[in-house]
Amino acid sequence: MAKTIAFQLNGRSARVRVEDPQMPLLYALRDDLGLRGPRFGCGLGQCGACTVNIDGEAVRSCVTPVSTVAHKRVLTLEGLGTPEKPHPLQQAFIEEQAVQCGYCINGMIMQAKAMLDRNPHPTEEQIKQELAQNLCRCGTHLRIVRAIRRAAGTAT
Amino acid sequence: MKNFSRRRFLEGSGSLVVTFSLGSLATRAAGAAAPAKAASTSPAPKTVALDEVDGFIAIGADGRVTVYSGKVDLGTGLRTAMTQIAAEELSVPLPTVEVIQGDTLLTPDQGVTFGSLSIQNGGMQIRQAAATAREALLAQGAEKLGVPRTEVSAKDGRVVAKQSSIGYADLVGGKKLALKLDPKAPLKDPATYTIVGRSVPRLDIPEKVTGRFLYMQDFKLPGMLHARVVRPAAIKASLVSVDDAAAKKVAGYVATVRKGDFLAVVARTEWGAIQAAGALKASWSDWQGLPEQSKLWEYVRSTKIIRDDVLQKAGDSAEALKTGKAVSATYDFAIHTHGSIGPSCAVAQVKGGKVTCWTASQQTHLLVKQLALMLSMPEQDIRCIYVEGSGCYGRNGHEDAAADAVMIAKEIGKPVRVQWSRADEHGWDPKGPPTLLDFRAALDPSGMPVAWESEIFIPDRPAKIAVPLVAAQLAGLPADAAHPGNIHQSLAIPYAVPNIKATAHTLAETPFRPSWIRTPGRMQNTFGNESFIDECAAAAGADPIEYRRKLLMSDRRGLELLDRLVELSAWKPRPRGAARSGGDVAAGRGVSYVHYELVRTYVGAVADVEVDRKTGAVRVKRFFVAHDCGQIINPDGLQNQIEGNVEQTVSRTLIEQLTFDRSKVTSVDWATYPILTFPDLPEVKIALIDRPAEKPWGAGEPTAAVVPSAIANAIFDATGARLRSVPFTSEKVLAAVKAA
Repeated sequence: MAKTIAFQLNGRSARVRVEDPQMPLLYALRDDLGLRGPRFGCGLGQCGACTVNIDGEAVRSCVTPVSTVAHKRVLTLEGLGTPEKPHPLQQAFIEEQAVQCGYCINGMIMQAKAMLDRNPHPTEEQIKQELAQNLCRCGTHLRIVRAIRRAAGTAT
Repeated sequence: MKNFSRRRFLEGSGSLVVTFSLGSLATRAAGAAAPAKAASTSPAPKTVALDEVDGFIAIGADGRVTVYSGKVDLGTGLRTAMTQIAAEELSVPLPTVEVIQGDTLLTPDQGVTFGSLSIQNGGMQIRQAAATAREALLAQGAEKLGVPRTEVSAKDGRVVAKQSSIGYADLVGGKKLALKLDPKAPLKDPATYTIVGRSVPRLDIPEKVTGRFLYMQDFKLPGMLHARVVRPAAIKASLVSVDDAAAKKVAGYVATVRKGDFLAVVARTEWGAIQAAGALKASWSDWQGLPEQSKLWEYVRSTKIIRDDVLQKAGDSAEALKTGKAVSATYDFAIHTHGSIGPSCAVAQVKGGKVTCWTASQQTHLLVKQLALMLSMPEQDIRCIYVEGSGCYGRNGHEDAAADAVMIAKEIGKPVRVQWSRADEHGWDPKGPPTLLDFRAALDPSGMPVAWESEIFIPDRPAKIAVPLVAAQLAGLPADAAHPGNIHQSLAIPYAVPNIKATAHTLAETPFRPSWIRTPGRMQNTFGNESFIDECAAAAGADPIEYRRKLLMSDRRGLELLDRLVELSAWKPRPRGAARSGGDVAAGRGVSYVHYELVRTYVGAVADVEVDRKTGAVRVKRFFVAHDCGQIINPDGLQNQIEGNVEQTVSRTLIEQLTFDRSKVTSVDWATYPILTFPDLPEVKIALIDRPAEKPWGAGEPTAAVVPSAIANAIFDATGARLRSVPFTSEKVLAAVKAA
């Protein structure tokens, strides 16, 4: 039964027409709305690569039915900034060169975004705990933490 | 699925379907910022010969330089490093250089991107091609300017004389260089470098942190369908029957593809393919051919040996072992999975008898050969185009996903995208094989080794380095024999022991498709070597660094490296280990050293650990790494690689191991195959030794080689317990601490 779901995406109104309202938001964002920021990593809510912010909360879009975001505010990596005009978090990741393959980085930034909205000046330990469910396989962890501290103005 | 409002707001942020030209595609896949422009031209024919400068370099009419690299950026920063190498040697501004990677129609076959050889071999071929081009441009430029060759120099893409200059574009722009690569073309004096040796920011990072970068998983073709593979319930089970009645009811279902035991389902949408794959009822035969996991090492030891290779021999070790104080130990190293964060993905199109496959393969040229074998097709009818995927640490599932996509696209006659699930990736990527190592030594009265014998038990290494394609195996089509890479390397030791014998026992079989995973064999063998030399030092009551230093004799680079490590880590001689306190948490530090394959990069590391005697939990607090890979191309890029080597390998060492029952892999997600996360990873302090006048050697693997032994030696230092079995799970640590 096809259904149209309307929500706010990166500050603009968005609508998707889906056959299955249980379809995870991730596929609506990537396949129907053409975004690349949210990434498929596990489809199980285990790795964090697909993270988006919904009404300010970091959420795993791979296990979030698209129907549940109706009328909510969805923010993705693309909604933060661009290479030409990056968001301070994105700028901090560039300055710290906090990327290897970069596949996990969407999740790192979106998780950090939700945290900084809540707690603008986290300690290093708070950052590590916040990101404890975001997996990185390349081993970029030290730089990621440095980038978030830089963005938060808590870098030493 | 199209509606007006969606299209409107999407303008400027992406496109539903990427239209492309093959020419601009390579550019885009290369990470160029601009989205693909709609066009339809095929790339102009060009040579891919390794001995032609045109194979590697083109100078456009606008003066822009295109570099064609057979080696690909696997998330390591190679694109940036290659750009630096080419720009430096050509004397052109960095932003004018673009790199196309791993397109079999356009790039020379520089071999698989593995073995820490991309800069060392691939980069040096490109440097030599650039030097050849520059010399020819200088000669032509001098002639055009009417000045002697000795009075011109190359600068910013121009041949410059005292009073005049001419641009490269005016000399050859848009035309072929038509030069044989001159292996003797003079290279620039490193003292004059302005681009190489600098921490040039990675070219791909701005796009990667803003969602603009095109990964393999983002790649789309017009009219593309989505497929999911359905793998056997047991590794070598046969497909008995398929009931796709429920799958057919899934919205968007297109087809079920069955070829032998190869099974896949195709749908118009990705979600449709996922649902249809779940709805497919496949019945598989019983198969229980795997060894019992709890008896893995008995299984390895009892596997038939088909060949012995002596990898290092000096003196008469058998005789010398009869003298002095005997030391012996056995080590084992678990089966690991690659664990890329993004599961493998590929897109294939079969049109007019020609196959085109977009893939994140580290080996597009070899993949063409493997696909040709599988399909019984001529190689020239197959083109593989590299598109960067999630981090790749060896031969993982990318090539298999490519074969899946090609197989399905050929069956249904439409372009197909295959995205592996997490379970496909964890369950079906080829594995780092289980490795068993035996060591024996004899120490003289001063405690120094007079005899050293090592034996490893490893899978066979047929002549051709390749891992067979799963699709070919399942469909019963021709496939290569499995060659897990040069996993015998680095068993030979850098130490001056008078009597040495290092032997590789080649086994007739191994439980899983064997592959190379970061630092293949070198990690396992260095774990054995460097744990055992530490055991010898402890038996001698010697400081482990001083002990190694004595055995390095006259290797000045090795000795200098250890000096830097001592300085960096503020190492104090510890002939009897840490002053062990009676508390629950014991702290210690351990050292390890490698001269990679005895011919290239030197790495030394000190690990600081804490061991909880009550729980067996090990926490690696800090890693100190001294690193000498000769000439450094990009210091920050190198640091990034070293940090990654440490963090990834700490995880592999402490907690990672494949689990399986008699039929299949049972560690099929991040819950059953966990990796370490932020709170549990160490700080890393690095000392880079830069030698601009020396050759650049690899850095993607060597640091990982020393990590497991440094941790094992630190645990011993802290507790007196030897951990000889990777991973060092808390159960194993607890048992070893109790027994110590």
